[in-house]
Amino acid sequence: MNIVIVGLNHRTAPIEIREKLCFPAEVVGAALKSLTNDYAVNEAVIISTCNRVEIIGVSDNMEKCAWDTKRFLSDYHSIPLEELDEHLYVHTGADAVKHTFRVAAGLDSMVLGEPQILGQVKDAYGHAVNNNTAGIIINKLSHKAFSVAKRIRTETKIGASAVSISFAAVELAKKIFGELSNKTAMLVGAGEMAELAAKHLLKSGVKKIFVANRTYERAVNMAREFDGTPIMFREFPHHMKEVDIIIASTAAPKFIISPDDIAEAMNERKNKPMFFIDISVPRNIDPLVNNLDNAYVYDIDDLQGVVEANMRERKNEAKEAEAIVLSEIESFHRWVKSLDVVPTIIALRQNLERIGKNELERVVAEFENITDKERKALSSMTTAIINKVLHAPIMHLKKESNGVDGDRLIDVTRRLFDLEDEEAIVKSKKVNED
Amino acid sequence: MSHIFFHITAGLYLVATVVFTVYLFTHRAAIVKTARAVLLAGLATHVATILLRWHEGGRFPTTTLHEVLTLSACIIVAAYGVFLYKYKLEVLGAFVAPFALVMTIAASLLPSEIVPLAPVLESYWLPIHVILAILGNVFFALTCVFGIMYLIQERYLKARKLKGLFFLLPSLDMLDDLSYRCLTYGFPLLTLAMITGAIWSEYSFGSYWMWKHRQVWSLIMWGLYAGLLHGRITSGWRGRKSAKYSIWAFVLLVVTSTIIYVLVGEGHGLIIEGQRH
Repeated sequence: MNIVIVGLNHRTAPIEIREKLCFPAEVVGAALKSLTNDYAVNEAVIISTCNRVEIIGVSDNMEKCAWDTKRFLSDYHSIPLEELDEHLYVHTGADAVKHTFRVAAGLDSMVLGEPQILGQVKDAYGHAVNNNTAGIIINKLSHKAFSVAKRIRTETKIGASAVSISFAAVELAKKIFGELSNKTAMLVGAGEMAELAAKHLLKSGVKKIFVANRTYERAVNMAREFDGTPIMFREFPHHMKEVDIIIASTAAPKFIISPDDIAEAMNERKNKPMFFIDISVPRNIDPLVNNLDNAYVYDIDDLQGVVEANMRERKNEAKEAEAIVLSEIESFHRWVKSLDVVPTIIALRQNLERIGKNELERVVAEFENITDKERKALSSMTTAIINKVLHAPIMHLKKESNGVDGDRLIDVTRRLFDLEDEEAIVKSKKVNED
Repeated sequence: MSHIFFHITAGLYLVATVVFTVYLFTHRAAIVKTARAVLLAGLATHVATILLRWHEGGRFPTTTLHEVLTLSACIIVAAYGVFLYKYKLEVLGAFVAPFALVMTIAASLLPSEIVPLAPVLESYWLPIHVILAILGNVFFALTCVFGIMYLIQERYLKARKLKGLFFLLPSLDMLDDLSYRCLTYGFPLLTLAMITGAIWSEYSFGSYWMWKHRQVWSLIMWGLYAGLLHGRITSGWRGRKSAKYSIWAFVLLVVTSTIIYVLVGEGHGLIIEGQRH
């Protein structure tokens, strides 16, 4: 049995191709059925997001599976294969496993380490389960991919730093204030970006928001949206002593907040830190404010710089994530290999023989004057029982392991007889080969 | 026997310092785990060193500067353990490990013999006084360390160039708060150390206050830290200002203590004084 991935993503295909190949959620079920019924694919998952379309298939004939999956994509979307082929990539075997883990963990995403993809992969797997196209391999592969993604999220800081401007502003606020739960913010100018940043701040616990705008009505409307307090534009300097975070985004052609204003406000608020986010161009806040103690001013370029720094940090963390992926591939690969019928039969036999031997020794030890002849009789009885017991299971394993449910049969056998210890099997195989 | 453990401890602190430094540059989780393990192993052998010396000397080792530095270094590493447990503050180890290393090296350069104590100095007040003073100074050291961490983090935020340590250090608010909290523990401990010192002085020499170097400088340090505490509570000193203040105050504390030691010798010069009595 082998895993084959055929797909394309934002790196290999332009949006014109990606949108044509897209599988909306409501058609995935039918597509999966068609793929497994009409093509040489036993198990299948279809992952379709705006940046990628991928089909994970399982089959005993790798080449045919890859070819058929390509044909399916072309047939289903009525696009000639020649037009499609140059954008498609194919991963097989261990490579496919690695690719699946990397996709689930966001390591293959356009925004490195973004978390949404995991949810999308989970949905894709859900469709496969609902349509009975997820067999034992897809099941194990998917669950393993989820756990790898989770492990990477907890053990590395790949998702820790913000990679959008409004999130970066919130992160910075957290680095200054720690908790945001008892903080107050003020929007000076009610632009779209300010609104987005304010929403993020609210979600992170900011409890009170003032909104000042030249058109008072707009201030009132926006304030209503997040339970804030609208204030008259000319009033905003009087509120500066009570706010911790100020987001400026007016169309004013000059600075509207000066170092003198802030020095005064600082005095009144006993030097509690203030964070200024200036997303207006031209800038609204005099950059000299940043020179005051406990005042931090970030303009749009600074925030862009923060985003870039965070991206670099994510790339750094990604190295560690890739190492985790590699280590997990190995253990998955060992499991896939254990699904071979021959090692399973050997392990099954060794297991019973070990039990037989132990029991025989125990019994023999209880008799004081046992003769060689008696010992031999006991021994051959044990062997006979083992052979009789194993006869039918081994026959079925040999006969049915190449069938549709073969992998499941082998897996069940392993679990029933506690042959799960993959390490031990690999080791004992090595010993046998040596 | 305690000597062997002392050297093992110093070696472990050296390794921990190196590994923590590597962590600062790589940010690798696996590396900080190793660094932490080495530093905590150092703490274990350190505690063993002190217990063995207690056993060997028959007296809790708080008499000579060698002993005081050893105990201080041990407590500061233990404090790291507490902060690690309470705040998950891994990066603190990168500051505490070199601190402990320098202190153990300094201790190893000083005479490490167990000094017999003149009968006139024997009193329960002595170890109580010394331990209170050590605890107070350890908290002042931590106030200084958090001050340093604050200044580093503030520099990144002011410069608007986020890299390196920025990602490892906690928020400015937390650093300022921890620095302040350590001050609020250190100051009463220093006060109590001075009171118990006076009681011990009365017990041994019949006078609470003898205008010795140590006493005078303790009073000056007490005034400095009282000033910092007062400024923080009433005048809104915070952040950069108090971080700098606490760093300079601690530097002064170390410098004056060193000078007094060079001038008058072990135990504020009282060990020799005690023998004369």
